[in-house]
Amino acid sequence: MSSVAVIDYGMGNLHSVAKALERAAHGQTEVIVTGDRRTILGCDRVVLPGVGAIRDCMAELIRLGLDTTIHEVAASRPLLGVCVGMQALMQTSDENGGTQCLRILPGKVRGFTEQLDAIGGEAARLKVPHMGWNRVVPTRTHPLWAGIESGTRFYFVHSYYVEPGDPSLSAATSEYGLPFTCAVAHNNLFAVQFHPEKSQHAGLRLYANFLAWDGTL
Amino acid sequence: MSLAKRIIPCLDVDNGRVVKGVRFVDIRDAGDPVEIARRYDEQGADELTFLDITASSDNRETIYHVVEAVAGQVFIPLTVGGGVRTPDDIRRLLNAGADKVGINTAAVHNPDFVGEAAARFGSQCIVVAIDAKRVSAEGAPPKWEIFTHGGRKPTGLDAVEWARRMTALGAGEILLTSMDRDGTREGFDIGLTRAVSDAVRVPVIASGGVGHLDHLVTGITEGHADAVLAASIFHFGEHSVEEAKQRMAAAGIEVRL
Repeated sequence: MSSVAVIDYGMGNLHSVAKALERAAHGQTEVIVTGDRRTILGCDRVVLPGVGAIRDCMAELIRLGLDTTIHEVAASRPLLGVCVGMQALMQTSDENGGTQCLRILPGKVRGFTEQLDAIGGEAARLKVPHMGWNRVVPTRTHPLWAGIESGTRFYFVHSYYVEPGDPSLSAATSEYGLPFTCAVAHNNLFAVQFHPEKSQHAGLRLYANFLAWDGTL
Repeated sequence: MSLAKRIIPCLDVDNGRVVKGVRFVDIRDAGDPVEIARRYDEQGADELTFLDITASSDNRETIYHVVEAVAGQVFIPLTVGGGVRTPDDIRRLLNAGADKVGINTAAVHNPDFVGEAAARFGSQCIVVAIDAKRVSAEGAPPKWEIFTHGGRKPTGLDAVEWARRMTALGAGEILLTSMDRDGTREGFDIGLTRAVSDAVRVPVIASGGVGHLDHLVTGITEGHADAVLAASIFHFGEHSVEEAKQRMAAAGIEVRL
């Protein structure tokens, strides 16, 4: 039986992620919620979830020594980042007055409030966080999009979004007053801004696709 | 714009059972939270809200089991409110599988609790529930006040100001209930909904008074709400969530179909 680790660093919706993975796995994959380096590196695949403020997430990852573990995972097996787990993979975030992230992928994390206010007009009146079901448009073919139609709605809740340093990293876009990258892909890495665990059928399909993915294209 | 407006059925839970007469034609047990949650999920509910109305503190544990059971079956966002007073209450609900928690009376007693909760758990999971009543005279400029204890106890707090203050402290969403309209089936208090929605940058859920599907439409088009919450209109099988969405779509509102 294959295995997937859900990295536990004391932040967020681990249980929702684990339950959805279990449902998507149909008993074919063992889902292990863990913060232990050796257990994580013993799994075939790894999910990095996250909610809340990026500064707290990064501080906990570093305190627990999991930052280096995630670098090891990124160099060796399929890794799926979810929400703040996606943002954490980038270089820096504008949140909390500027936060250093894991620097696994080139790019920055921007705040909706500042960017929408800069656009002005209708955009400046949009609510933040961007919360609810929005359309996701894949920008490339990828095993994780198998069976998911372009324009399918996924559930989002976030105030910051990823701006990839290299446009070829983008795997999907969405729109909220401005077009933004809601998924990135690079070799064995995939990350999404929305919450598959809260996106009903489409979300479970994406998790099932991840559990079937060998990390190649 | 492509973000959908949300429809959120609300379920009252007492001692682990859904109360207030939820009726589906082909449901085995109309009090089972899991079965009812699954039904609304199948109908296309965008989120679910559970309100724990368990009076006895001895039985407050039951809500955690309910949330855990529902979260293992239904993969859409779950908000749980009712009796949330301490960071530990929030932690336990989130660990059980809630995505957001509703804070109501505890925020009135200690506004800083909202700030602490948002700092610790993230604004995205802190919903401040506001129960408001109109207190201005007919013809006078409208004014709404926060009430607690099911609308019986005035607090002297202005609803619009309170909403602003709660979001400044870190609330990620406002669940706004008109105590004048709750249970009347006369429709949302549009003036209240619009005043609060336009005053804050976070999403606002309109609640209280839905009697037919057009009320859901006006809550969004005239009340400027980001989401609409209803209970009895769905519980009694008069309308499904799907029908509600069709009506909203026909009115030009973007929904998830």
